[in-house]
Amino acid sequence: MILEKVSEFMEKRKPIFEDWKHTFYLWRKTKLATVGTIIVLIFVVVAIIGPLFVPYDPIVQNMKDRLQPPSFQHFFGTDQFGRDIFSRVISGAMIEVEIIIIVSMISGGIGLILGVLAGYFGGVVDEVLMRTTDMFLAFPGLILAMAFAAMLGPSLINTIIAISLVGWTVFARLARAEAMKVKNQPYIESIKALGAGKTRIISLHVTPMCISPVLVQLTLRMGTVILTAASLGFLGLGVRPPLPEWGAMVSDGRSFLVEQWWISTFPGIAIAIVVLGFNLLGDGLRDIMDPRLRR
Amino acid sequence: MNDVLLEVKNLRVVFHTYRGIVQALDDVSFTIHRNERVGIIGETGCGKSVTSLAIMRLIEPPGEIVNGEIIFEGKDLVKLNENSLNTIRGKEISMIFQEPLSSLNPVMKVGFQIGESISKVKNISIKASQKFVRDALKAVDLDPERVVNLYPSELSGGMAQRVMISMALSTNPKLMIADEPTSALDVTIQAQIMNLLDELVSKMKNTVILITHDLGVAAQFCDKILIMYAGTIVEFAETKELFENPLHPYTKGLLKAIPKVGNKNKIVGIPGSVPDLVNPPRGCRFHPRCPFAMEICKIEKPTLKTESQDHLVSCHLYR
Amino acid sequence: MKLGNYIIKRSLLMLLVMFGVVAIVFAIVHVIPADPVGALLGGNAPPAVVDRMKEQLGLNKPLFIQFIDYIWGVIHGNLGNSIQSGRPVVQDIMEYFPVTLQLSIVAIFISIILGIFLGIFSAVYRNKWIDHFSRIFSILGVSMPVFWTGLILLLVFYYILGWLPGTGQLSLFVIPPERITGMILVDSLLTGNWEAFWNGLRHIILPAAVLGYAATASIARITRASMLDVLTQDYIRTAKAKGMSKKVVIYRHALKNALIPVVTIIGLTFGGLLEGAVLTETVFGLPGLGRYIVNALLNLDYPAIMGGTLFIALIYSLVNLSVDLIYAMLDPRMRA
Repeated sequence: MILEKVSEFMEKRKPIFEDWKHTFYLWRKTKLATVGTIIVLIFVVVAIIGPLFVPYDPIVQNMKDRLQPPSFQHFFGTDQFGRDIFSRVISGAMIEVEIIIIVSMISGGIGLILGVLAGYFGGVVDEVLMRTTDMFLAFPGLILAMAFAAMLGPSLINTIIAISLVGWTVFARLARAEAMKVKNQPYIESIKALGAGKTRIISLHVTPMCISPVLVQLTLRMGTVILTAASLGFLGLGVRPPLPEWGAMVSDGRSFLVEQWWISTFPGIAIAIVVLGFNLLGDGLRDIMDPRLRR
Repeated sequence: MNDVLLEVKNLRVVFHTYRGIVQALDDVSFTIHRNERVGIIGETGCGKSVTSLAIMRLIEPPGEIVNGEIIFEGKDLVKLNENSLNTIRGKEISMIFQEPLSSLNPVMKVGFQIGESISKVKNISIKASQKFVRDALKAVDLDPERVVNLYPSELSGGMAQRVMISMALSTNPKLMIADEPTSALDVTIQAQIMNLLDELVSKMKNTVILITHDLGVAAQFCDKILIMYAGTIVEFAETKELFENPLHPYTKGLLKAIPKVGNKNKIVGIPGSVPDLVNPPRGCRFHPRCPFAMEICKIEKPTLKTESQDHLVSCHLYR
Repeated sequence: MKLGNYIIKRSLLMLLVMFGVVAIVFAIVHVIPADPVGALLGGNAPPAVVDRMKEQLGLNKPLFIQFIDYIWGVIHGNLGNSIQSGRPVVQDIMEYFPVTLQLSIVAIFISIILGIFLGIFSAVYRNKWIDHFSRIFSILGVSMPVFWTGLILLLVFYYILGWLPGTGQLSLFVIPPERITGMILVDSLLTGNWEAFWNGLRHIILPAAVLGYAATASIARITRASMLDVLTQDYIRTAKAKGMSKKVVIYRHALKNALIPVVTIIGLTFGGLLEGAVLTETVFGLPGLGRYIVNALLNLDYPAIMGGTLFIALIYSLVNLSVDLIYAMLDPRMRA
């Protein structure tokens, strides 16, 4: 009985399953995407459980242990305040995860809502939104983010706001394009004929269709988000010490670079590996999505 | 006349896809003699184009030649490396394709593209080859002065196929493979192109493999016809013999499916459809659609056997 | 004719966008609450001094009037005076921008050449180890933080190996060339100052390499995709059937067709270069526009922030406009 239901369900959705199967096959065949996925998973796991296992407090200063080179006591050495760099790098992962998640929610959310409204209503609303995105896209992203961050004042929350304010345009354009496609589908016509209101159509039928392209794009841009946050931190416009943000940590070690190379080196390697993971995953995703390469 | 030019033995070609391994050619063997014109006929996906690409060694990943020999003038093409192959491609064996317009490079002038072939064979510069290019274009009834300087986007389909033919024959190859040369063209142009091909090949005495799904075209042009079904050869005979005395049930079905002027009887198709080559039927690949299928057809794969003088068939009905 | 209409339409659109850009820049600086006068004078300045400062900077007028004043100034090429340098912002930009321009030009050459070759190798050896290697290599470039790569290269090539000079545009003992374009390499060539040219070239290698390498990935990626697309085309099969060698097929038959879409990405790449320039200039101590903006931001030098950001947006938009127009001219459908 249940088995029958299941097989009926599977039969009805066969094209979808076939498509998933194909996507999974392509993902497995795209070795770089697999490597990227593994790096990202390790990063997330480290961010979540890492702080429970770090050997030293990442914030508290310990002047008698300052500027120690890497050793068995301090894998990555210590900085000018005697803090263990290994512990700081591990704790810093959570800050990057926080930034990624909140930025994605804010910029993805704003983009999705504005994009869907513009795409659905068209006309003046659409024109205004499109020109606004043009204006935001006229700036190189980091430079606009720098201006926002500096004016808001350097802090973790302001870094997040600044990056979100710069990033939403891409998602708005995507959601708009998708909403325009969806609103002309026959099933929307028939729902209208049944008397559904605008709010209901937009929230229950149009928006859900626009979510998946926005999600994919969010994944593609996570590497850039980390780099932007780290750059702001490095320039002194983002997350401020003593919080262990990786970019700010690289900046901390600048004046000690020649004699105590480890202070700047290890946080930089952490950024490079994590961003590489996201970018490999993103590159693979783009391959999988590209109809020209999807053979 | 009976001198062998090309011998294909036990050729197997597969394509690796996400659904599994597609068995595009399964144990294909045939022989072509000098100056023969052989037509390879079958439905879309039966492996006729794959056969021709395999002879040119142009099967590329995800496709792969897994077994067999392709012996051309005593050399096994399957074993040759790229460099040796490039001394054969274009010079000894040349090929024309189904879509003439997309088969020409859009950013190069016609004269340059033909000259490239000639210059390689004659070992001269492309510039020095231009006078031969003009001869080659004249041979296919195009105005050389005008056409050499055109880009492919400025040609019509018929003109483009003439250019392709002139390019393929300008090096006077021993074997020419024409892969559905007319199926992308208008009916009136089709006849012109086939007549042109006939005329040129008669003059130059090239051996030709013509790949087509059009029995009528093949009947007029070819000395011999080879019928393929789902990656296997089902029948191979001289044209007249094949039309007068078809042996394989599939061939019989094909001949019945040709509409004839004045014939009021309903056209009879072959029931069923082409099998999925990821999981081809066991035994004879045609048995699920065959009106004469027997128990043995489901179990054992028939081999290609000589049934009468120069008439080969692969079917359990003939022992 | 179609092309003419397109150019006019795109240019008008750009004017509108630039107006919006001015509005955004103005809003960032004036609407987001921060206290420029406080930053300038320190927190404890007496109210009378603060008021006088506000009046000097025009900050006491209503916001709308300030905006109109600013727009009026922009139209007349007046971006106000920098609080820090006291000079007109336009003059500052003219002094700092050539450094950024020179750096970007060298970097974009590096990234185009590197990107196209990596892309070709990747496509030709698709899914082989060469492809994996060249993709990882190019993606690593965009993944490593530019400021960190710069520091590490300085550490290795200057401090440890001593093969290349350190920060700055020229070594202290070198007499700089007379200022003509503001770009050291160009000026030293024009004045025949070979010592300065050689020294400047050695100084620009590291920052340009860092910047160019970071911008390589997107060019390599689109070259690869476009090349893969072209390599499956019928005319490539024809070329192979003609017995053309692999080299001829790739470089004569495929490359020309594959490079057309690559043009489109160069505009975006330039945006990435401007972002990267902010960081490389900071790390390598180059007196470019990027560092000018960073300094302005750190010191809340409002006119300099607005002017600098505005100028960067203008340059970026102009580059994108010209790339679009070039692409339109390359596209045969637009030519007809």
